[in-house]
Amino acid sequence: MTRSAVLGKDLTGLEPLDADQLRLILDTAEPFKEVSERPIKKVPALRGKTIVNLFFEASTRTRISFEFAEKRLSADTVNVAASGSSVSKGETLVDTARNLEAMRIDMVVIRHGASGAAQFLGDRIRSNVVNAGDGKHEHPTQGLLDLLTLRDRFGKLAGLKVAICGDVLHSRVARSNIWGLTKLGAEVGVCGPPTLLPRDVRELGVTVLPRIEDAIAWADALNILRLQLERMQAGFIPSLREYNRVFGVSRERLARAPKDLLIMHPGPMNRGVEIDSDVADGEHSVILPQVTNGVAVRMAVLYLLAGGSPDWHHPGGDHA
Amino acid sequence: MPTRTPVLDDRAIGRALARMASELVERCGGTEDVVLVGIQRRGVELAARIRGLIEQSSGARLGFGKLDITLYRDDLQAIGPRPVIGETSLPDLDGKTVVIVDDVLFTGRTVRAALDECADFGRPRRVLLCVLVDRGGRELPIQADIVGGSVTAGPRDRVDVLVSELDGRDAVELVRAD
Repeated sequence: MTRSAVLGKDLTGLEPLDADQLRLILDTAEPFKEVSERPIKKVPALRGKTIVNLFFEASTRTRISFEFAEKRLSADTVNVAASGSSVSKGETLVDTARNLEAMRIDMVVIRHGASGAAQFLGDRIRSNVVNAGDGKHEHPTQGLLDLLTLRDRFGKLAGLKVAICGDVLHSRVARSNIWGLTKLGAEVGVCGPPTLLPRDVRELGVTVLPRIEDAIAWADALNILRLQLERMQAGFIPSLREYNRVFGVSRERLARAPKDLLIMHPGPMNRGVEIDSDVADGEHSVILPQVTNGVAVRMAVLYLLAGGSPDWHHPGGDHA
Repeated sequence: MPTRTPVLDDRAIGRALARMASELVERCGGTEDVVLVGIQRRGVELAARIRGLIEQSSGARLGFGKLDITLYRDDLQAIGPRPVIGETSLPDLDGKTVVIVDDVLFTGRTVRAALDECADFGRPRRVLLCVLVDRGGRELPIQADIVGGSVTAGPRDRVDVLVSELDGRDAVELVRAD
């Protein structure tokens, strides 16, 4: 186990981090963007580290993004999916992780359906734990890549107005965004059907924007959340068509905005539900740059967590 | 209290850089296909100055790059991650004469890392090492080809190179451990 000088042992969410730590991760991500543009997209920083990607929920983008980040840092990686593993035979999370640790691993990247799973695991194993999404709690690296993308486009986050639109209630992406943005001085608005907004959302320091038109008039950037299609069966919304009619982000609606809005989406998109195709593919969309930045922030997080005990003034200093 | 003694002042640094620039052209057999690569951070400033001197006297344009070797260090565990990693930007190195420029040569580990990193960007025809100060204390079989000056420093001493671009003045100072 290593305990990072700057981040501690685990990254479970953005809530426990302060503004300096968030800025350090974003600043560290900058040079990692360039690594992915090199002819050999690889640096030896995490050579010899073994990282297990433990995914209890389906994920394509996040798992692949973590895997690229790990491989570009020269770590050795193993992917464990819950289906087809001993998890499906009833093994507990801690037993699974302890068995992996018995094979001498260094880090676990975990995606789990239960809120708090990453923290639970981090408290019980020696390896560094990175939360890749736990239930409705947090998805810190998604929050970080959203912060990085916003900072790239606007140059700063302080004073920026970001509206998070859609199913905020069930969204760990929304929570990580709210923590990260507010700590760095941005204003956050949330917009969605009342059934899909947490009842106490104002306590997080956000503005509630009841209609999508309000969000469009208010914000500098829209972060449009995926509407999980099973929400309709559960009765949170009457129909996908109605959702699109009332809350869908369309070109016509954006045309009435006082300024051009940056368009973000964590993916996977439901085109024609929460976002129309001409918005998703439009000139103000940064949905694909978000994905590119995802690899860079994950490299930064892994690199910072892997650093050993702090000794900034070791003999030789810069010239070692 | 550590004591701080000057090794080179701004004029001595100016003379050293001028001599290094002409020696570099001589060692490279001219300026064709030469790429100066400065190691972040003060190596970059020194490389830029040497390039300026050579371009002024020869009229030729030299290739130029910056290298941050942090991600190629062999001691991440020992020192913890560096707070912020500098920019790496290199031109095409294939078939070029690459001159790595750094401020101080000590253990040789930075140069080892720089050689590894350059190799991931291309295959130079030849690589030379150019440093302002050689302070001794090598831990690897690495020597400089072009040296501005030497100083004998103990393993716990520090040699600080100050450049006006970053530090407001030019100086090389030996900081003796107490």
